[in-house]
This record gives sequence, C-alpha cells and structure tokens, in this order.
Amino acid sequence: MSERIGVYVCHCGSNIAGVVDVEELSRWAGETLDDVVVSRDYKFMCSSLGQELIEDDIKKEGLTRVVVAACSPHLHERTFRRSCASAGMNPYLCQMASIREQVSWTTQDKAAALSKSKAMVAGAVERVKLHEALEPNQVPVNPNTLVVGGGIAGIQAALELADAGYQVHLVEREPSIGGHMAQFDKTFPTLDCAACILTPKMSDVGNHPNINLLSYSEVEEVTGYVGNFVARVRKKARYVKEADCTGCGICIDKCPKKVVDEVFEAGLGYRKAVYRPFPQAVPKFPVIDRESCIYFERGTCKACEKFCPTNAIDFEQQDTILDLEVGNIILATGYDLFDARKIPQYGYGRLANVYTSLEFERLCNASGPTEGKIVLRDGVTQPKSVAIIHCVGSRDKRHNPHCSAICCMSALKFGHLVTEKTGAEVYSFYIDMRPLHKGYEEFYDRLLEEGMHFIRGRVAEVTDADRQPGEEGKLIVQAEDTLLGMQRRIPVDMVILMAGLQPRRDAKDVSLRFGISCSMAGWFTERHPKLDPVATMTDGVFIAGTCQGPKDIPDTVSQGAAAAARVQGMIAVGSVEVEPVVATIHEERCSGCRICNNLCPFNAIEFLTDKAVSYINAALCKGCGTCVAACPAGAISGAHFSNEQIFAEISGLLYDVARGNGAKTPQPVEIPA
Amino acid sequence: MRYAYYPGCSLGRSAWPYEASTKAVSEALGLELEEVEDWNCCGASEYFSLNKTAAYALVARNLALAARQNGLKQLLAPCSMCYLNLRKTDHYMGKYPKLGKTTNAALAAGGLSYKPGSLEVRHLLDAVVNDVGLEAIAAKVTQPLAGLRVACYYGCLVVRPEFNGKSFDNPEYPTHLDQLMQALGAEVVDFPLKAHCCGGHMTQISADTAFELIRRLLHNADEYQADVIVTLCPMCQLNLDAYQSQVNRHFKTDYHIPVLYFTQMIGLAMGISPDALGIGSEFVSAGEALAKIGETIEAVPGGAPPRRKRDEKALPMPGQKGEA
Amino acid sequence: MADATFEPKIIAFLCNWCSYRAADLAGTSRIKYPPNLRMIRVMCSGRVDPTFVLKAFALGADAVMIAGCHPGECHYLEQNYKAMRRFAMLRHTLRKLGLEEGRVRLQWASAAEGAQLARAISEMTEEVRALGPLNWPAQWSEEDGSIETAILQLEEEHAQAMEVAA
Repeated sequence: MSERIGVYVCHCGSNIAGVVDVEELSRWAGETLDDVVVSRDYKFMCSSLGQELIEDDIKKEGLTRVVVAACSPHLHERTFRRSCASAGMNPYLCQMASIREQVSWTTQDKAAALSKSKAMVAGAVERVKLHEALEPNQVPVNPNTLVVGGGIAGIQAALELADAGYQVHLVEREPSIGGHMAQFDKTFPTLDCAACILTPKMSDVGNHPNINLLSYSEVEEVTGYVGNFVARVRKKARYVKEADCTGCGICIDKCPKKVVDEVFEAGLGYRKAVYRPFPQAVPKFPVIDRESCIYFERGTCKACEKFCPTNAIDFEQQDTILDLEVGNIILATGYDLFDARKIPQYGYGRLANVYTSLEFERLCNASGPTEGKIVLRDGVTQPKSVAIIHCVGSRDKRHNPHCSAICCMSALKFGHLVTEKTGAEVYSFYIDMRPLHKGYEEFYDRLLEEGMHFIRGRVAEVTDADRQPGEEGKLIVQAEDTLLGMQRRIPVDMVILMAGLQPRRDAKDVSLRFGISCSMAGWFTERHPKLDPVATMTDGVFIAGTCQGPKDIPDTVSQGAAAAARVQGMIAVGSVEVEPVVATIHEERCSGCRICNNLCPFNAIEFLTDKAVSYINAALCKGCGTCVAACPAGAISGAHFSNEQIFAEISGLLYDVARGNGAKTPQPVEIPA
Repeated sequence: MRYAYYPGCSLGRSAWPYEASTKAVSEALGLELEEVEDWNCCGASEYFSLNKTAAYALVARNLALAARQNGLKQLLAPCSMCYLNLRKTDHYMGKYPKLGKTTNAALAAGGLSYKPGSLEVRHLLDAVVNDVGLEAIAAKVTQPLAGLRVACYYGCLVVRPEFNGKSFDNPEYPTHLDQLMQALGAEVVDFPLKAHCCGGHMTQISADTAFELIRRLLHNADEYQADVIVTLCPMCQLNLDAYQSQVNRHFKTDYHIPVLYFTQMIGLAMGISPDALGIGSEFVSAGEALAKIGETIEAVPGGAPPRRKRDEKALPMPGQKGEA
Repeated sequence: MADATFEPKIIAFLCNWCSYRAADLAGTSRIKYPPNLRMIRVMCSGRVDPTFVLKAFALGADAVMIAGCHPGECHYLEQNYKAMRRFAMLRHTLRKLGLEEGRVRLQWASAAEGAQLARAISEMTEEVRALGPLNWPAQWSEEDGSIETAILQLEEEHAQAMEVAA
C-alpha cells in the first residue's frame, strides 16, 4: 500500500517566498512526486492556522506522512511533530526540509533556489516514506541531585533543592566550600562584606539534613543518562577522623611546618601543613596536606596527633570511593584567574609591589595575611598612591578576547577601599567603564565624587626605571591618555592588575567527564545562549555560575537558582522522555565480531557471552549511529536514521540527475526470516 | 652546524671587536660560519624610506647569494639591523607576490634570483642559545664570570617586529641573553629597559633625542649597579659606548659603564684572552669591571646570594614556593 | 577542460549538533554561498557510512562533503575521530578507483562557524567545477578490464597491510 503524503511549503512571509517560487514548488511537488496527495503553500506554517491546515488534512485526506518545507528543523521540528500527534498521526512520520536557512537565505539566484528547494523537498518525500512510527521511552527520574562545586552558585543550587525537600550531594574539591567569594573582602556595589553574606549560607549547607556535603572530594567518573546517573566520587583522605574532630584547631596551632598558601591566600599568605582554608570553613575539619607534612616526608613530628584532645588524627586514613545515584547533575565549578606573568611588561612576579586583584582582596580582607591593612610587599608600608590597571589578559587578542564582566566594578571597589583605608591617591587605567547592572552606575558616580582618577588608555608598561625627579623608588605606569591625547607617566607606590576570568585549567577534562561540550576556550556550552543558559545539550546535566562565562555574584546566584528550578521541574514530573533515536542489533545477523563494542563512548554496547552476539542497551544509547555505520554485516539498524532512509534521501536530493522527472523509490532490502 | 654568515658593514669597521670575538668563539661553540661571498650592505634604516624597490633588491641580493652557496639553509646575522632587513625582505617577498616579482626582476638583471622562504634568517644570539644550547655552553666555561654584574641590553630590533607572529624571544621582555649570561656564571641584574631603543641613527640626526634615550639606559643600568652592559648590536654598542662621554657632558652626569658584546663575554668565560676578543679598544674602558673577574677565578657554586633571614612581616612574592 | 557553465551537484552530510547548526548560522547571518550543495542531516559524522558516499556518486553527485564537530568537541564525545579514520580509508579507496581527491572532503565546523563553513562550501564548489562532472561509468570500461586491475591492486595492498611480521 502506498503512502499518502502531504507537502506543505511555507512562505515565511517573504523570507522564503522572496527568493523561492513557493507556489511553483508546491505545484511541482504535488504533480511530480509519487505518493504526494496534498500539496499546499501557506504564509506561516508555524502559526496556529498553518498547523491547523496540516491537522485537518491528516484527518480529512487520511494522510500517512507529512513533509513541511520551511525553516530549520532545529526551530520547528517539535512544533510540526506536535501538530501531527494532535491529529492522531505518529510524530515521527513528519519530516522537515529546510529551504530557508539552507536555500532562500543563502542565495539570490532564484532559479537555482527553486531547483535546490525541489531537491530538498524530493529528498524529504523519499525519506519520509520509509519513516517508522516510533514511541519515545519514558525513564524514571531519581529525585537525588549531584551538585559539583561548592562556590556561591553550587551553594545556592544545593540550598534551593534541599529546601524543596530533595536530597542533594554537594561535591567540592577544596577542604571547604565557599569558592572565590570566600576570598573577597567586600562586594560591589553595596560593599557588603562577602564573608558576612556568604557564611550564613555556608552554615546552612553544613547543617542541612538534605545536603550530603562531600568536601575535599572529586567526581572521577559519570555513567548513565538523564534521570539515572551514577557518579563515582573520590573522597580524599583528610587524615582527620571527622567523627571525632571537634574543630578546636589545636593541631593547626602546634604544627611546626608553615608553607605559602597558594590557593586561598592567592600566594600572599601562609598556612600550616595541617590547615583549614579560612576560619569560617565549612566543614570545620582540618586537612593534612600530604606534600608539606613533615611526617609524610620524613616520618617524624606528629605534633598534631600528640596534641589532639580527641585523638582525631589518623595518618593511615585512605581515600574512599563512593558511587552516588542521582537523577540530575548541576556543574558549578567556577573560574581561574588569568596568570598575569604572561604580560611581562606589567612586572607581575618581578616588581614587588605589583599585585593581582585576588591578591589585593586578600590584602583587604580582615582575616587575610595583613589583617586587612593595605600595605606594600614589605608588609609594613602603606602606599600613598595606587594604580589600578583594567583588562589584564581580557579584551586582548594575544590572550583572551572576552571581557571578564566584573573587573571594572571590582576596580571601583578597590579604589574605594584604598581611599577609605589609606587615603592614597588612586589612578584607574581603563579602556571602557562597564558598570552594567542595578546600582553599578551610581557606584561609579560615587567613586568619581570620592576623587578617584580615571585615565582612559591601555597601559604600555609598569616599570621601576625612573627618568625624571619624582619617579625614584616608585613604580611608574606609562599609558597613553587617549582623552588628553598624550603619553602619561604616573609614579605610584602600588599597582593592582585586574586579571581576567578564565575557565578552570581542567575545564575541558571536566566537560568530557560529564559528557557536555565546552567552547574552544573552556567555558561550558549552554543549550542556547539567550533562551536556555543553564541547560546543556546533554539532558540531565546543567551548568551555573562562572563556569558558563564570566559574571557577577547576582547573576551567579540567579543561575544557581535557575538550575535548581529546572531540576525540581524534572523531579516533579517524575519521568522523562528519551528520544527513540537509538540503534538496535539484529541478533540473527550479528556474527559476534565485536567491532561495535569499543565504538560506543557511552558503553551502551555489551557482548552477550551466552548468545555470542552483541547487544545495545537502548537506555544508554544516545543515537549517534557510529555503530550502525561500522557493522560489517549491516546487523545494526539506526532508528529514524536507517541506511534505507538515507539512501532514499540521497536519491531524492539528486532528483534532477538520477532520473529527471518522476521519482522512484529504492526498494528496501528484504531481511531473510 | 653550518650557517651562511652575513657580517654586515659595521663588523668590518667600527664593530671589529664583535667580529673578532664571534670568530674566536664560534669554533669552540661548534658554529661553522661561512661568509656569504660578495655580500653587500643591507641598506640599514635609511634606504627603505628613499627607494623601496632598490632597497629590497639590495637586501635580496644577499639572500640570493647565500641561498645558492653550498646548500646552506640558515643565514646568521650578528647585527640586529641587518638581521631585521634580511628577515623582513624574505618575509615580504613571500607575503606580497608583487614585491617578490619586482625584486626578482631586479635580481635577474644580475643573474640572480631568490625564492622567499629558502633561507631561515636568524640572529647570532638565537643560534648560540637555541642551537648550541645553554648546557653545552656552560660546560665549556672555564673561567665563570662570577661576581660580575651584567645588564643585558637587547635593543629594540632583535625582538620586534615579529613576522608571522613569531620572534625567537618575547618581544616585551626577552630573556635569551640573560639566560646566556647566567650560564656563563655572571650575576644578571634585572634591567627593565632591556628592550628599549638606544636612539639608533638619531645620534646623527637629532642628538638631543638620542642622548636622552642613551642617558635613560645608562641611568637605569647604573641604578641596578651593573658593572658592564652586554649588547648584541653594533649600533647599540656604539651609541652607549662612544657617546657616553658626550651624554655625561650634556646631562652633567658621570657614568662609566663599559659596553661589551655578548660574544666577548662568552670568550672571556672560555678563557680566551681579552686581546683576542677585541677588548681594550672600547671608549669606556672595561678594565675596572674585568678586574673583578680577573681576581675571582675560583668558581663560586651557582652564584647564589647568601641566605637572608626572612623578613617576618614581608609578604611572599608570587611563585615563591615552599617553606616560609 | 571543464565546461564553464557546469554546475556541480554536491551532497553533504552534516552532523546535527555542530555542522548543521553552522549551516543554519550561515543562513541566519544571510551569508551567500553557491547553491550547489544539498545537505542531509545525520545525528553524528560517525553515522556516515562509506556506502552513503558511494551511493551519492552512483546516483549522480559530482562530489561529497562530510562535516562534523571539531576533534575533541563531538557531542557524542569521540565519534568524529571514527569518522576521520573512516574517511582516510575511504579517500584512499576512492583514489585508487580513479576518483580525484577534490571530490570528497571532510570538513570540521563548530556551531559558531557559519562563515567558515560557507567559505569551505564555496571553495569546494569551485574546486569541483574545475574538475568537471564526475563521469564514473565512462571512466570504466567493462571490456578493457580496468576495473578488475584496480580491484586486484586494492586487494594486494590490503593483503600487505594485513601481514604480520614473522
């Protein structure tokens, strides 16, 4: 029995109709292509009237297949599938031909556009004849969630989910949660103390009955699919028994080994070999850093063990491996700072009094290495003049082309803090001022009134080579003042480099581990940059915060909350539809060669030893089709992208070469019983 | 390693110590330098502004001669200006086919031709540090320059401009020469103006401009208490050395900092006599500076500074690792 | 010498996630490129079976392009590497069977690279235009045994490649 195909050609206003003769196309399809019983053109197929056309025809003309020649399937495939479904036709019996993005918008040659459109429609018609009615799978959604990263984004997401009554596993790589925000002193534009607003949330996380906090831990492997992930987490040995530790801190006091704290103090302060990153750390349990500990190095000392009143030190402790079953994953892994040593002319690392923004935060912070005093590197002298250089490593073709979004505001904040604490003159060297959000512009005004100096120009160099009187012993910042139209040399005591935000050094590995994609730079890729910023192309994995791109704290918190809301939506529905575009192995044709087994990156193919054939787990299969192409016996078929369907599409596309007028469908191969 | 060697005009004249020292150390370093036969002047800076076609042809003639000499693939130039001109010509002849054609048409008149990219043009410093290698050089050091404070001065042309986005060292803050001097055992001072201009030919055209530029360099080297400025370009050496007394008169300063070539330093560290290296003919005498190393011949291990007691209050520098 | 008015017909297989989106982006950005390329959407470049390519040629295409995500960025993690391996073998085989190299092309394009993909399509169209129409049946005569020779040569090469050193 032959199919009854309806072809619908959309004008899309003049987007398509302006270049492609849509009426002719529709007429041609109806008259020339086999099995096309209805062929219409209409101004806007995606409108409700357009959709009704299809639905009416399905019912009245008894259509068995539908082809819509319009825009890209990425936009409206779902729309037209839904129309078909509502008229009682299986949604997978609908095919789109993209004659807008691929034809009318890419050429002005009307004749060529028409013939290419005919080819696209013929291809779709040939293909759709061989479509099968598919039913999507429903899989249950595990109500537990994994949140990776304990910065403010992860904390927000975890709290929202936990408050809604769901279990959350929060995995954080460092000994304490808090992330970069815990390192800051004040936050713009309100000048709230970062710790004051963060620590209540941290403490909520620590105490929440629904949050399983796994600090000093990392996710090593993730398997499964949306609603049903298994995450293997390595809880690194702290060498402290959490059940016994009271958090008194005597071990830290007594430890004789001091090292530079590269992480929390940004290399500006010291910590002991057994340490807590900062006093308000959650959890409160300290950690012994194996690499600096005297006992692990030489076998002596053990001062912490001797002095611990509850005997909580355990040098024999091992890492533990946990397998967590979760339904959804939220990645909130944060950012790294640009290494300012890559711009040697700014002198970072060479000239003592050049600091990065993160180092300066630690300087200002009351629990930092100088107890909040802004001083030069000698630890004593207050600066009388400070230069702040914007866009270090950002907006720079040699390093990162992007703008880091927060540095202008941070620079204003630093200017204010310097003025407040030291009364020093502050010079800000900027390219543009970007105070974008609520209260930001007003904060800028405030700084202008406070007397901060602004020089518009990219700094050429920071040097200690003095040239004229007044420059001796100072750091001289040389820049072109573009508004004055002249070179300026400004001698200052201290220079702060607003280093840019970059993806984490291991972002690409992490993205691979969780099965999502990231940009060439390393920012995790959102599903849609405007309309879907917290979802990824991988169902069940969401992203939040600076790992998606540079942003300030309000936006980070919003994204954390948004990701949590999406997960709550998934949990509330309870199950999720998995597209039935999967591969199947036909046992009778499988010779057990196992070539396919290693081809699947999702481990969906296993070998059944009793039957000596391979088998695909449809729940794990993501439908890429690589195994289908690889099977030498042709024993694997790919639903909705079968060989026959693609051959048919090829032959349709070459309608004007292969056969002239009059399409002929290639016959599918008979499978012997 | 065989290289085509293009000395340039100054090495035969005012910069003869550079040539003498290069020849003296090249054998020990394993650099076989084959002088390009019948080479001509590279036109330095002025010719390109007067007559582009003639200027490129002038330089390209040297490339053509070198390329056809005994299958040599690398062309070494010890002078930064020659290096720049040769490299620029080779690069632009390839990048701008029209220029390439015109230049080759000019060369054809002399029975020559040059295919851009046939030679790799490199500065002598590049070959010494990257081809011979710091370890090999350090191994040949018999009289380390311990106790001698050197300021490494690169001048502007050797690392800028970059062609094809590549230069053999960082264009803002190069370190090859510093590493080389360290390998010879010298104490390298951090010389921030290392890649700043010496004034070039401004000494002839506008003395005031040039003198100020030279003064800055001398002042900075003096501030860092350098005993000697080490350079790799005859023009820089001339400006800093020959004009030092004029600069002193002009600004009423009193600098006495000798300016030597890096090849002379290599030679000293290898135990070659100052005479053979052309030392002694410079305007600002290097006698006092060299007396320092003439006296301290026994090797000081690594030249590490004495351990200072850590200043309790001082904050650690970035990258400072390990124990407090 | 190719006919100046010859319009090549090129079939392209684009992966759903990167290259198809790149083509969409080219369209959205209204970038103009020759209309000779007709696209087929597959989920992944790894789906592209060499028989698709052969079928396209057999049905009259003058050239075939396979487009996918950049290595390291495949939505299915590593399947474009498999496409890469298959393509190497396919190109070798086609070359032995007398097909010019410019007729098959593997093109990487990320979803943001609409302009680059359009440029690649234009380049390929002109290259194939210069090569002229594929006239495969005319190149192979049933009589003179050229097909058999080519196949035998391929078999020999394969046998040599399969040999394991003693």
